[in-house]
Amino acid sequence: MSRTWAFLSNYLVYSAMAVYTLSFFAHAIETAWAVRITEEKSEQTLDYKRTEKVARIATAMMILGFLLLVAGVIARGISAGRVPWGNMYEFSITGAMAFSGAYLAALRKYDLRWLGLLVSIAVLLTLGTAVAVLYRPSAPLVPALKSTWLVIHVSAAIISGGVFLLANTIAAAYLYLDSMEAKGERTAWAKRLPSLEVLDQLSYRLVAFVFPLWTFAVIAGAIWAESAWGRYWGWDPKETWAFITWVAYAAYLHARVTVGWRGRKAAWLCLFAGSTFLFNYVYVNVWGTGKHTYSGL
Amino acid sequence: MRTALILLLLLGLAAVPGSLIPQRTQNPMKVSEYFKNSPTLSQWMDKFSLFDVYGSPWFSAIYILLFISLIGCVLPRTLEHFKTLRALPPMVPKNLDRMEHFDSWEAKGDELESARKWFAKKGFRTLEIDGAISAEKGYIRESGNLFFHLALILILLGISFSSLFGMRGEAILNVGERFVNTPTSYDSLQYGKLYKEGDLPPFTITIDKFVAKYNVETNAPEDYTLNVSLSEDDLTKSSKKIIKVNSPLTLGNTKIYLQANGYSPVVTVRDSKGNVAFQGPVPFLPQDGNLRSIGAIKVPDADPQIGFVGSFVPTYARSNGNGAISVFPEALDPRLLLSAWVGNLGLDSGVPQSVYRIDTSSMKQVGLKSLKPGESFTYPQGSIVFEGYQQWVNLQIVNDPGKNFALLGGIVAILGLLASLFTRRRRLWIRVGNRVEVAGLAKNAAPGLEVEVKEFIAMLKGEK
Ligand code: HEM
Repeated sequence: MSRTWAFLSNYLVYSAMAVYTLSFFAHAIETAWAVRITEEKSEQTLDYKRTEKVARIATAMMILGFLLLVAGVIARGISAGRVPWGNMYEFSITGAMAFSGAYLAALRKYDLRWLGLLVSIAVLLTLGTAVAVLYRPSAPLVPALKSTWLVIHVSAAIISGGVFLLANTIAAAYLYLDSMEAKGERTAWAKRLPSLEVLDQLSYRLVAFVFPLWTFAVIAGAIWAESAWGRYWGWDPKETWAFITWVAYAAYLHARVTVGWRGRKAAWLCLFAGSTFLFNYVYVNVWGTGKHTYSGL
Repeated sequence: MRTALILLLLLGLAAVPGSLIPQRTQNPMKVSEYFKNSPTLSQWMDKFSLFDVYGSPWFSAIYILLFISLIGCVLPRTLEHFKTLRALPPMVPKNLDRMEHFDSWEAKGDELESARKWFAKKGFRTLEIDGAISAEKGYIRESGNLFFHLALILILLGISFSSLFGMRGEAILNVGERFVNTPTSYDSLQYGKLYKEGDLPPFTITIDKFVAKYNVETNAPEDYTLNVSLSEDDLTKSSKKIIKVNSPLTLGNTKIYLQANGYSPVVTVRDSKGNVAFQGPVPFLPQDGNLRSIGAIKVPDADPQIGFVGSFVPTYARSNGNGAISVFPEALDPRLLLSAWVGNLGLDSGVPQSVYRIDTSSMKQVGLKSLKPGESFTYPQGSIVFEGYQQWVNLQIVNDPGKNFALLGGIVAILGLLASLFTRRRRLWIRVGNRVEVAGLAKNAAPGLEVEVKEFIAMLKGEK
């Protein structure tokens, strides 16, 4: 029974990858088709009316891929008889789900379709790595992970991570666009992007929105550590890096709100903070020592 | 503000080395390895407390400075905010048309009255003078922000309180053994400067049974269950309790955690005359997921002194490169591999020794043997019998009186953050003469004001 679910989960994850690939191509085509050379001035312009249909397909594919991935993650959980957050393969597929979920949620509020290309590549790379390198058979949890706090702490951390990375992608787009504008014109593709100011605001809003959730994730982790290991804080590498991420984002919020940093400096700080999160995920899980080594590698 | 920001980043930076270099508090073995491999470098690193980053003077200096700067900033702001909370909004500015979101139209007459009602409904604080209302809202942003920063101070106080009044100790116990809560029962015991030894609550714990379940496919542990008998104050009565990894035993302020476990081979050592020189279980230290464990059996009372460097494998297999290995963590086919040494164990030298290792520098090897349970090994100076094995558990006993303050701080911090990140301070003005004039202003140009002003205007014009 559990094998059937595990098999189904793999099948769903592969299907999700196929659909994300379609979404990626649709986003690429959308961008490519929109570029037109006007005849008189041989200047590139963008005509997104022409590609509205493709854009809709791209987003629809993203939604479908997301739903398949949700189903895959749930099936994985059923196969193991627990929440699917026991090893790095499972963290990765759930992380990819959170990231594209964060994108789709933000899409309801802001016009972010220009980001779809990047999001679909990132999700594909994450899922590809997960399937090819990190895959482990479905298995029950080690005793320390058997706790309601696993559900609370890890889901908060994964959602925060998804949103942080989305903010990072936008900050990176800001820097890219900014250097392009410093050189002169925007390329045709970049005309699709909103103004620098909007990008700047957007990454700030995303960070401000999830910072409390991240704070909660860290505190929930501390409560759990207290019940599992007898201390709520022990400067274990994973805890240390969660703290560093927290401090880095607090510094980012301070820099913006109280010192008034905007633009390039803020974007770099945002990227820095986000990279501490990624570092924690990759380095501490794979090469680190300490109590949090559940990667199963 | 600059200072706080720099200190905050510095604190993050200062936390980095501790996650890359092994730390004494977490991994003392790795630290001694470091010292063995590169002694001079390690000594230099030790001078800068790089093996105790989080207790080091420079790390403490950063966070103490940060919190001084925090207190120095938050206290005056709190006082000021108290005043603001009781003050009325400032008067309507003369030239509203220079403000953001300005709008103006022909007055009908009832605008002031509708505005008054609307402000009251929305919870604005208002000041009305001469046909003009100044309304302000969103003080909760500043309150939340202050609560957040004050909560950080509370967390720090909780942590300090624990380190002054708390205690934390560990004891390794074989199944069947009894633990009496006195300082000498502990293998390691630390307590705060203001904790008195007599404060240890009286209780005893007998380890009745320990069951570890493993997954037969992945060899990963699935469940650890420890059954104990507990006697409190009245030592004649005892009750049965269960301790699991995520559910410690709670006795008032003291909590008892199941921390680690392993195997203790049970041996009997005899001297050359056949007299028993040592008998009992000896805890060995697990080295891998399949619980291959290493340890040392020291018999200082034998003449000459004798020691065994041993390795215990719960489920024996041979590998080509590594000799004996274990292929499953349960004791399905246990072996004890011993090398016997005779000479001076060095226990009187005053240098503390690991109980899992023997300093064989002034000893001579007299034999090497692999034993199944029940088998014995005889060497010129005596013999050893591998009687079987017992399991051991490591109990961690903790009294952490400050943690509830820290928890309260954590909760207040989150609530404060939510209040400060999701609300905004803004002012709305209306002046009614021949024309109605409306304008708004948000602190830090916070977004969302435009919508509110539009709603206000629509209401005044009777469009909604
Ligand atoms: C000496 C230390 C500190 C001072 C003087 C200080 C001061 C401030 C001030 C003035 C604000 C802006 C409030 C507003 O928007 O109205 C603020 C916001 C904030 N501070 Fe601090 N702070 C300090 C330390 C910290 C620390 C240690 C952290 C956490 C790691 C932190 C996290 C935050 C956060 C998350 C915000 C919210 C930013 C926002 O409102 O968007 N602060 N702080």
